[in-house]
Amino acid sequence: MSLLTVSDLTTSFQTGGGEVTAVENVSFSLEKGEILGIVGESGSGKSVTALAIMGLLPRPPARIRGGSIQFEGQDLLKLSDRSMQRLRGPGIAMVFQEPMTSLNPVFTVGEQIMETIRAHENLSQKDSFGRAVEMLEKVGIPSASSRMTDYPHQLSGGQRQRVMLAMALVCRPRLLIADEPTTALDVTIQAQILELLMDLRDEFGMAIMMITHNMGVIAETADRVLVMYAGRVVEQAPISRLFDHPLHPYTRGLLSCVPTLDQDQERLIAIPGSLPEPSRRPPGCRFSSRCLSAVPACSEAIPALETFEPGHAAACIRIRDIA
Amino acid sequence: MGAILVRRLAGAVPILLIVSLITFGMIHLIPGDPAVAIAGMSATAEQVANIRRDLGLDQPLLSQLFDWYANLLRGDLGRSLLLGQPVVQATMLRLPVTLALSAYALVLTLLIGLVSGVIAALRQNTWIDQVAMVLAMLGISLPSFYIGLLMIILFAVDLRWLPTGGYVAFTADPIGWLATSTMPAVSLALLLAGLLARITRSTMLEVLRQDYIRTARAKGLPNRTVVVKHALANALIPIVTVVGIIVSLLISGSVVVETLFSIPGIGQLLTQAVLNRDYPMVQGGLLITTALLVLVNIGVDVCYAMLDPRVRYDRT
Ligand SMILES: Nc1ncnc2c1ncn2[C@@H]1O[C@H](COP(=O)(O)OP(=O)(O)OP(=O)(O)O)[C@@H](O)[C@H]1O
Ligand code: SF4
Ligand SMILES: [Mg+2]
Repeated sequence: MSLLTVSDLTTSFQTGGGEVTAVENVSFSLEKGEILGIVGESGSGKSVTALAIMGLLPRPPARIRGGSIQFEGQDLLKLSDRSMQRLRGPGIAMVFQEPMTSLNPVFTVGEQIMETIRAHENLSQKDSFGRAVEMLEKVGIPSASSRMTDYPHQLSGGQRQRVMLAMALVCRPRLLIADEPTTALDVTIQAQILELLMDLRDEFGMAIMMITHNMGVIAETADRVLVMYAGRVVEQAPISRLFDHPLHPYTRGLLSCVPTLDQDQERLIAIPGSLPEPSRRPPGCRFSSRCLSAVPACSEAIPALETFEPGHAAACIRIRDIA
Repeated sequence: MGAILVRRLAGAVPILLIVSLITFGMIHLIPGDPAVAIAGMSATAEQVANIRRDLGLDQPLLSQLFDWYANLLRGDLGRSLLLGQPVVQATMLRLPVTLALSAYALVLTLLIGLVSGVIAALRQNTWIDQVAMVLAMLGISLPSFYIGLLMIILFAVDLRWLPTGGYVAFTADPIGWLATSTMPAVSLALLLAGLLARITRSTMLEVLRQDYIRTARAKGLPNRTVVVKHALANALIPIVTVVGIIVSLLISGSVVVETLFSIPGIGQLLTQAVLNRDYPMVQGGLLITTALLVLVNIGVDVCYAMLDPRVRYDRT
């Protein structure tokens, strides 16, 4: 049994202009200790997928329209609030995309880490202090015990992201969802944090969902990759296959600019045009408005995800023609 | 923290200087001869001359100003023309009454305003939210004397649960104090509680949208902890500044309510003083009340710094 199995997840948002579908029929699974990379342009539905797993989508306006999320055999969408609450932290933890605003400004760093421990374990004040300091050291915060009484505004962005990481890891989660854990940071710190995540994966055996725009980050860390476009999974592949034999035209576009870690690919310049708004997606293949290989048949139906090699699937009707 | 207090106290000095200067000038803003105006239409020339001499109005302006401040420093604000008592003494006798009433009304305001604001925010767009906000609007729109009158008719005249007015000191008889103060405090508090509820609701909604609230939930904290600890601690920061304004409004609102319920507080004292052209009393009473409000606002600033580490660490 996989650690996490997401099947046919579909979520939508109620907006002023009606209901828009943010994530559509997304399916994937994640094994114990595995690092799954999720790439895609801004707005492709990466964070919404992550928040759905955490049970943290703001409802309303969000709504889960269908599918299931199995974690260690339990369907998270059917879990009570109380059980979901107990799972967050020791079961699944998440590091958010926004390090500057994700810490509470009125509590000390130490308090924010220790309250996480207190919520899940029966530890004395002294022991939880010790555990928090140990975790801060592990994520590379110098003189950790004196940082415990600092407030978030006294820390740099990189340090805050490390604190977020320490907070997420302090209950030893089986799954860590890291949403752009390095976007806000400069290159050397980025590399350090990624290194750290890999080390911690090895040490705790936790699985990681690594969400990023950056193909370089994927290349450095992931075992397997999910490529998302306009709320759908368009390709799924082991890391080596993805870089050597990308199948989907979108993935090929992503890879056509040489990926390096220090290059932020917020704008994926290799592909002309931009991701359509959820309400303006073309009929049939969502990528057809930008695809250089598009033919009229592409607009007829949404292509299904089809397996071409074991573990390697793509959603495009022309893969055999363009390969 | 101490540094903030010192800085705020120092900042209060120029404010108090300006206020005392304005208070001094008040008497000279009376058109025509102030002594005639104070003595009234039917006064004899001799009475007018007496008043002029007593108030020092026959002296040159600069020497009047000098005397005003010299007396002020000695804690002497003159003598009430009406009561014959020193102004400071008359004020200090009435002040505890107003303060006790305001404190009672403040507690009610905070309780009603904060609780209903937080609940409305948590139940946004449900009937609970709508009912709370309609009541808040009602509280804001109804003048406190109107609410007071309604309560007198209902609870004092019809049901005879509470006296129509009067006052019993808390130290003399706590139950009696509660009986005489509850209607005045409620009629003062409803308006401000409505205001506070609306502010609390919108502040809470804003705070609940913040990323750190999502983080708190992501850590698996119980909902109660997320709302009461993480959200409220942040929402209180802007709310505290409003509390300073609320206290000022409470004290000015007490003028009306004390008259309505015949409560011998500062409001009643000053109303009588104004009606009887008892200028020294008006001057002194206003100056003391203003000084008090300045102190309250210093207290608010200190609370603000205590709640917000960003302020606390920036300025110390
Ligand atoms: N609160 C919301 N209300 C309405 N629409 C939303 C909301 N949150 C997300 N969406 C929509 O859901 C879609 C997916 O957004 P999501 O945040 O998952 O993108 P992402 O892949 O994480 O992008 P990024 O790389 O910028 O983080 C977007 O089209 C966005 O407009
Ligand atoms: S289905 Fe057609 S439009 Fe879509 S990616 Fe394949 S070729 Fe391009
Ligand atoms: Mg995102």
